[in-house]
Amino acid sequence: MAQLINLEAIYVMWLREMKRFFRAKSRIAGSLAMPFFFLAFLGTGFMNVRFSGMPPGVNYIDFLAPGVIGMILLFASLTAGISVLWDREFGFLKEIMVTPVSRVSIVLGRILGGVSTALIQGILILLISIGMGSKIVGIFGVLSSLVFMVLISAGFVGLGIAIASRMKDIHGFSLIMNFVIMPIFLLSGALFPLEGLPTWLITLAYIDPLTYGVDGLRGCLIGISHFNLLVDFLILLCFCIVMVGIGAYLFEKTEVD
Amino acid sequence: MADAIEINGLTKVFDGLVAVDHVSINIAEGELFGLLGPNGAGKTTLIKMLATLLMPTSGTAKVSGYDVTKDPDKVRRCIGIIFQDPSLDNRLTGKENLDFHARMYGMDRELREKRMDEVLDLVELKDKANILVENYSGGMKRRLEIARGLMHHPEVLFLDEPTLGLDPQTRRHIWEYIRNLNKKEDITIILTTHYIEEADYLCDRVAIIDYGKIVALDAPKNLKDTIGADIVSLEISDSVDKDFVAMLGKFKWIKKMKEHDGFLDLSVKNGETRIPELMNIAQKAGVVVQSVSLRKPTLEDVFLHYVGKTIREEETSVKDQVRERMRRRWHN
Repeated sequence: MAQLINLEAIYVMWLREMKRFFRAKSRIAGSLAMPFFFLAFLGTGFMNVRFSGMPPGVNYIDFLAPGVIGMILLFASLTAGISVLWDREFGFLKEIMVTPVSRVSIVLGRILGGVSTALIQGILILLISIGMGSKIVGIFGVLSSLVFMVLISAGFVGLGIAIASRMKDIHGFSLIMNFVIMPIFLLSGALFPLEGLPTWLITLAYIDPLTYGVDGLRGCLIGISHFNLLVDFLILLCFCIVMVGIGAYLFEKTEVD
Repeated sequence: MADAIEINGLTKVFDGLVAVDHVSINIAEGELFGLLGPNGAGKTTLIKMLATLLMPTSGTAKVSGYDVTKDPDKVRRCIGIIFQDPSLDNRLTGKENLDFHARMYGMDRELREKRMDEVLDLVELKDKANILVENYSGGMKRRLEIARGLMHHPEVLFLDEPTLGLDPQTRRHIWEYIRNLNKKEDITIILTTHYIEEADYLCDRVAIIDYGKIVALDAPKNLKDTIGADIVSLEISDSVDKDFVAMLGKFKWIKKMKEHDGFLDLSVKNGETRIPELMNIAQKAGVVVQSVSLRKPTLEDVFLHYVGKTIREEETSVKDQVRERMRRRWHN
């Protein structure tokens, strides 16, 4: 039996993700563009709109920034997880699977890589939003927001791996984009407060794990949250553990070719 | 010499379709062994079971003494595999692909560097090692995959259709590498191919596999000797005349006859001396012979002898297309 946790293998899986990430400069620019436009156009466009649930003294852009960070984390980590599918498509998955490395280590390396690349993008968006005048409550808030960023990323990388392990080819990719990513994003309260919403919508929002992520980020960064921060943290932690578990389990069972 | 591979009644069934059917082979250490057969004959399935990527339905296989189902991790340590389809990371350089592989096998830095130099030398890619693989040509990619398969000093190397889709010149080059590897690195090599010339040129022994079964197994020379005679091939204008065949059947010196796509192949000793006589017989029978050719037996003839069809016919036959479609559905 190969050792379950093979640090060298986890490291090299991570290293590969990082190399691929930093080499795809145009892709980084592409993935940062949408959140940037959200901040610049939506943030400015809704500047004068007052949502009923929004506390006084908070501008829409302050409110929006954590939501947009949640958005990029969601996009980045889910696509990182789903990249298993691209490895399958280009044959590299076979190379990985035939090595004497436990599947658990392979999954851990992948998650670590996905979390790292998502985190980098999340921090970039945070810096951009600060540069655009979004107020934050201080350095402690920023540091604690990193905890939420890691949990959000790890959970969705796990979900991505789970989805990719069940899919045989890349044709379902746009389906996932439209039926998984967009609802998760739009229902998370990234763009609007949860206060005063119709019951059906708020129910869906409560089911959406990203809701707690965005709420946690908002609590850390601008000091306003719908739930207690500890509640956000615990729910997100559970989501993260469950998703990583499911992702690892399904990947373990995946067959090559 | 010890056996590198012992296969005993190995069988793989996909949803009722038998892809590999009770195959038993022993392959000696240091042997260059070929599995020859048309697409969908079960070669790749057999190799994937030996490489622990697929679980056998029944039967056993041992690689370097380890059972593929009981000790898959130990088997993985001993083997290298070069897949039929590309399996490189195009966004990494050649060297990075090798480095990834070496680290996955737990090689330390010193050993990694030394070995990378060696294998890159072997496949003549040293000067291209730091270029992204997406900029490699098909032949270069193939060579890099071979280099990668060798990084961790495998005792047994599987090559699945190593020269599929490559131009003749690159194919020659790869053949030379494979030969060198077998000799210099002392590696047992099992390759699958549906190129007759490849099996003939490279392999110490060849197993002809059709519908998942081994139909012949021997050194290429011995296989060719089973044919035992020259092949006189007559191209006949219309369909081959039954009376003509019956007529030829009376001659003792014609050892064997086989019809295939408008040709009549006759196994004849000292073929060149018999051609005038054959022409006479044809004329008497009123059969128009469009061309005559004489050749020494090749593995192609051996294949024809055992399978009853040429490898190309076999590949385009309808049932094979069906089989190929089914194979794709299950494998993808």
